Amino acid sequence: MLFRMVKKSILNQKERMLIIALTVALGVSLITALLDVMLDIGDRMNRELKVYGANILVTPRGATLLKSWYRIGDEGEDGGNEEIFAASDAKGPQEPASTDERSASGGPAGGDGSKDRADPGMYLKESELGRIKTIFWAFNIVDFAPYLKSRVASEDGTPLTFVGTWFRHRLVLPTMEEVDTGMVSLKSWWQLEGAWPEAGDQVALGRALAGRLGLAPGSALTLDGRRFAVSGVFEAGGPEDGWIYGELDALQELKGLEDALDSVEISALTTPDNELSRRAAEDPSSLSVKEMETWYCTAYASSICYQLEEVLSGAMARPVRQVAAAEGAILEKTKLLMVLVTVLTAASSALGISNLVTAGVIERSAEIALMKAIGAHGRQVAIPVIASILVSALAGTAVGYGLGVWFASVIGKTVFNAVIEPQLAVIPAVLALVALICLTGSIGAIRMLLSLQPAQVLHGGRQ
Amino acid sequence: MALLELDGVSRVYEDLKALDGVSIAVEKGEWIAIMGPSGSGKSTLMNIVGCMDQPTGGRVLLDGRDISKVRGRELTEIRRSRIGLIFQQFHLIGYLNALENVMVAQYYHSMTDEKEAMAALERVGLAKRARHLPSQLSGGEQQRLCIARALINYPEIILADEPTGNLDGSNEEIVMELLHEMHRDGRTVIVVTHSPKVADHAQRVIVLEHGRLVDDRRNTERRE
Repeated sequence: MLFRMVKKSILNQKERMLIIALTVALGVSLITALLDVMLDIGDRMNRELKVYGANILVTPRGATLLKSWYRIGDEGEDGGNEEIFAASDAKGPQEPASTDERSASGGPAGGDGSKDRADPGMYLKESELGRIKTIFWAFNIVDFAPYLKSRVASEDGTPLTFVGTWFRHRLVLPTMEEVDTGMVSLKSWWQLEGAWPEAGDQVALGRALAGRLGLAPGSALTLDGRRFAVSGVFEAGGPEDGWIYGELDALQELKGLEDALDSVEISALTTPDNELSRRAAEDPSSLSVKEMETWYCTAYASSICYQLEEVLSGAMARPVRQVAAAEGAILEKTKLLMVLVTVLTAASSALGISNLVTAGVIERSAEIALMKAIGAHGRQVAIPVIASILVSALAGTAVGYGLGVWFASVIGKTVFNAVIEPQLAVIPAVLALVALICLTGSIGAIRMLLSLQPAQVLHGGRQ
Repeated sequence: MALLELDGVSRVYEDLKALDGVSIAVEKGEWIAIMGPSGSGKSTLMNIVGCMDQPTGGRVLLDGRDISKVRGRELTEIRRSRIGLIFQQFHLIGYLNALENVMVAQYYHSMTDEKEAMAALERVGLAKRARHLPSQLSGGEQQRLCIARALINYPEIILADEPTGNLDGSNEEIVMELLHEMHRDGRTVIVVTHSPKVADHAQRVIVLEHGRLVDDRRNTERRE
């Protein structure tokens, strides 16, 4: 009987039920789209933000000034990069670096090749790099590139800076899996004329240096007595424009520094910092066991750094604070905006439903009073009303979810130029929100319904 | 012991006294007509007897139990198990057909039984109209449907509020005959009416004026 009543009640009020379904559909479509984007946006924006470069720098502990990670970043606009050069300074006599070299961004740490080869604390080990992809947050490591920076002499004896790195490198992990990584994807904003080196006898020159030496892609030059072909000329907009970039193993061989690295730049997907991560960054030993567990199992930049230090011998890893903080702030604000819009959408849907259901109860007051008069309890009267709202709401939810997925894909294409996949976690969240919207939207009307007195409605109460 | 006893019952709405110290005793199987002009308190009395309202003063005893202080679910329970209501305006559910309108009363009482509901419709001569919506029935048919609904749960007391108020002469006869049938079945019938013609069917006539009982007499010229 209840089913018949609900079915016929819905059919009898099909216009109102249709409007309720449309209200829910509109709300659900927006909420679904926002939640889909919000859940996807973390990774999506994080990846988008990766074009601004690495957010973690690993240097040899022995060559690094032991400063707090965060205080370093506060030292000035280029604090993080000054640290990179500080690491370089610690290793030995410096090449004659220009002012812009000291203040520029994105360059690898390095020395001049005159370091003490016997001191293992002055270098990282190339052979250990595969371990980076074995840490707890391995899947959050998007890209990384090792660097070895050294002084070389041109044919006429002019000292030049040579940076050995991986451009595009296929790395076999200790697990025998393979990953592709390297500087090319890490420095995606660098402008290149020609091609990146693909062999040990090729180099790429910074625009300023190429201009000074009068070289172009296809030219050749001799460095420390070894001949190299210029495969490309790049423009980085920093001190790198005065440097030479070549394959890592070529420089190691040239300098007799097999397996040695000055630094590793890592681009990782990170969770924005909070008070816990800041405390941990200052001193991980200050955390309680539970806090330590939470911190370790959250992708904070500091937590990833900690894990990197665990797997790389003699390494000191630190977040490049400006990049990490900016990424975090953008993500947080975007998510906050999405949450606010979701809440407002849910509230407006609830308000719309409230008006519709209240109007419905007023319209059906005689029918409801009759049900009470012939023996229905409040609950028995409320159930058909709630059930008809829920049926309409479910129909609206189904339509709204489909629309929401489509909205999300439109947002994905127009904003991120990528497909935003429907997130399964959104379905229960949307259902819970719809239940909440319907409940809050109909609570006033249901209270009114429960308080209806049959005598008042059927007879006007007195005569 | 009277089936129903009102003892000094009053009902005050803010500054208006709708009922003022009314005392009536109704025996089981009695047919009573309650008469009076508009505003005399007839419907208020019906609401109180029908367990849809409570008095602000006095006592209402049903089988000796004071129900004047009973509220909510318990009062609903008494109403649905012991009282059958017939309204002047019929008050049928417009989107349910005749059969379903009867079954709704079964549903709220205990459980639905389509055969029994159909038998109730047959009894009021509406079996062939069972699948029709109320809007497809005449006024007389709607009132008969209302009677079928009131009968379905075998109530002891039938409360009818102006049952022929919206009917023509021939339908009035049919409805009054149905009330007689119920009365013959041993039910107590209480009819609120303006019409002396309808009141003539009762064994006893009670007259209210300004919320007070002004007459309570046996009907010696009752129409059978």
